[in-house]
Amino acid sequence: MKEFKQVIKDPVGLHARPAGLLVKQAAAFKSKITVSCNGKSADGKKLIMLMGLGVKQGMEVTCRIEGEDEDAALETLQKFFEENL
Amino acid sequence: MKKYNGKSVLKGIAVGRIYWYRKQNYEVVKTQISDCEDEKKRFEGAVETAKVQLSELYEDALKNVGEDHAMIFDVHKMMLEDDDYLDAVKSVINEGCNAEYAVSVAMEQFAGMFAAMDDEYMKARAADIRDISQRVINILADISEDGIQTKWPVIVVAEDLTPSETVKMDKNKILAFVTVKGSSNSHTAILARSMNLPSLVNTQIELSEEMNGKIAVVDGFNGQFIIEPDEDVLDDMIARKNQWVADLEALAQLKGKENITSDGRKINVYANIGKVSDVEAVIEEDAGGIGLFRSEFLYLGRNDFPSEEEQFKSYKSVLEKMEGKKVIIRTLDIGADKKVDYFNLEPEENPAMGYRAIRICLDRPEIFITQLRAIYRASAYGTAAIMFPMIVSVDEIRRIKEIVSQVKKDLELEGYSMGEVELGIMVETPAAAVISDELAKEVDFFSIGTNDLTQYTLAVDRQNQKLESTCDTHHPAILRLIEMTVKNAHKEGIWAGICGELAADTDLTRTFLDMGVDELSVSASNILKVRKAVRDI
Repeated sequence: MKEFKQVIKDPVGLHARPAGLLVKQAAAFKSKITVSCNGKSADGKKLIMLMGLGVKQGMEVTCRIEGEDEDAALETLQKFFEENL
Repeated sequence: MKKYNGKSVLKGIAVGRIYWYRKQNYEVVKTQISDCEDEKKRFEGAVETAKVQLSELYEDALKNVGEDHAMIFDVHKMMLEDDDYLDAVKSVINEGCNAEYAVSVAMEQFAGMFAAMDDEYMKARAADIRDISQRVINILADISEDGIQTKWPVIVVAEDLTPSETVKMDKNKILAFVTVKGSSNSHTAILARSMNLPSLVNTQIELSEEMNGKIAVVDGFNGQFIIEPDEDVLDDMIARKNQWVADLEALAQLKGKENITSDGRKINVYANIGKVSDVEAVIEEDAGGIGLFRSEFLYLGRNDFPSEEEQFKSYKSVLEKMEGKKVIIRTLDIGADKKVDYFNLEPEENPAMGYRAIRICLDRPEIFITQLRAIYRASAYGTAAIMFPMIVSVDEIRRIKEIVSQVKKDLELEGYSMGEVELGIMVETPAAAVISDELAKEVDFFSIGTNDLTQYTLAVDRQNQKLESTCDTHHPAILRLIEMTVKNAHKEGIWAGICGELAADTDLTRTFLDMGVDELSVSASNILKVRKAVRDI
């Protein structure tokens, strides 16, 4: 199991566009990807629930990755968060 | 004549006839079905058709309004691939219900979730859920969406508009949108803005058959919708509308043109920005560069200092988007008046003259070094320049330059590539203006910050409304300080610009040109206005 944390700096938070891009990235991996924030969790491959987390600027998001390709997924997703959120 | 108030999404005026856009009144009816598997296949087929439609809408929008706004249809498509949503629909079908009804149940469930969120942006996403669901229902029930039926351009009035309805309408047939619901955050509002249509949302109006075809005015400047205006009001509105259109056209003509006077003098017109996403407007309005990139956005509204990596990404992104045009990043200008808890600043009696900006940076170099490292690393991706705020002495610049050269040395050792970076200062204290002859020997450029320079020179608090009349931004003392600063810059062979609000004051454009100012940095929406003022000289 791998995990990383990231503080969201996008002024609108995890809004439709980056959430959509995140799902696309996550879907490419076999690992189970869970995004948690504010005591709630959502499957990183499911757009609607991910947006439903209501992640806003300044909040800390935890991304947990579990599965056979977790190392590659960690690298890709961490980079994605840093660049887009 | 009847007037209604609404929330304006674009400052403009439209005059024309009302077209009441009603959605097809399809009532979803719950029916029993016998073959659940068959019904699920019917639903899956409709979803596939919806996805094809959305791909087409995406392509349409890409051509008409650009990728950023088209993205919503791509997101809609992904929502239709979301297992949670699909499963919710299928589980209702499994209970023996028809697909149309099942979709409407899932729609209410998910739209309700977004509507209940305490964030305006997320609340507006309920409309997206309704949009995708309605699309699937229409396909299932075989209802075609048929935009607006009119020969002449009209003011489209509706209860609410989904993004796909908005994009589908023929742009040449629309003068404005007026909706009863909707927020200025909705994609429909965003699309209206990008199509340059004066529009109102949240308008307190009762829709009825009899308003169809009546003459009306949408006044986006005052957020008003006027039905059957009196003759004098109408004449006035038409005149204002014509003026607005003429101004827009005249300014749009100036894109791609030089900032040059009729006698051949040139000046750079750059843009001020405060966050990465502002760059879009900068490019759209054809700025020559970014004259002031306020870096405070990286520090505000959070619980801890932004990392070097995070800052680097932001600077790099702006530099890349500007494709080699100059981007002048101003280092952190935070002080006791801008509250940032994790800086642990003590409350001050007189924050404007207090512990702020470069004073904090020189006192707590670890904060400063992180920012400088991020900027220098990003400098490999474009033309970066750095300017330092609140300078009052030569000594400060020497200390800054020591830190800068250490940062560059470290980065070189670590193997980072860097671009050439001009170093400049903000001239925003009377002290800096007065000793600008000495300061000019130390730096590559000056950028005159007229907001603070005015308040310090006239001893007038900018925040105090009672002093508004005393706060004469055209005061000769300020103009003389600017002139002196520019002259001293040129004596040492460096350039000088203005980045305060005064830069956009077109009453002074000629004065600035006569003084020899090299650059004016203004908000993106003022770029073409200033270009016009320059070209009119």
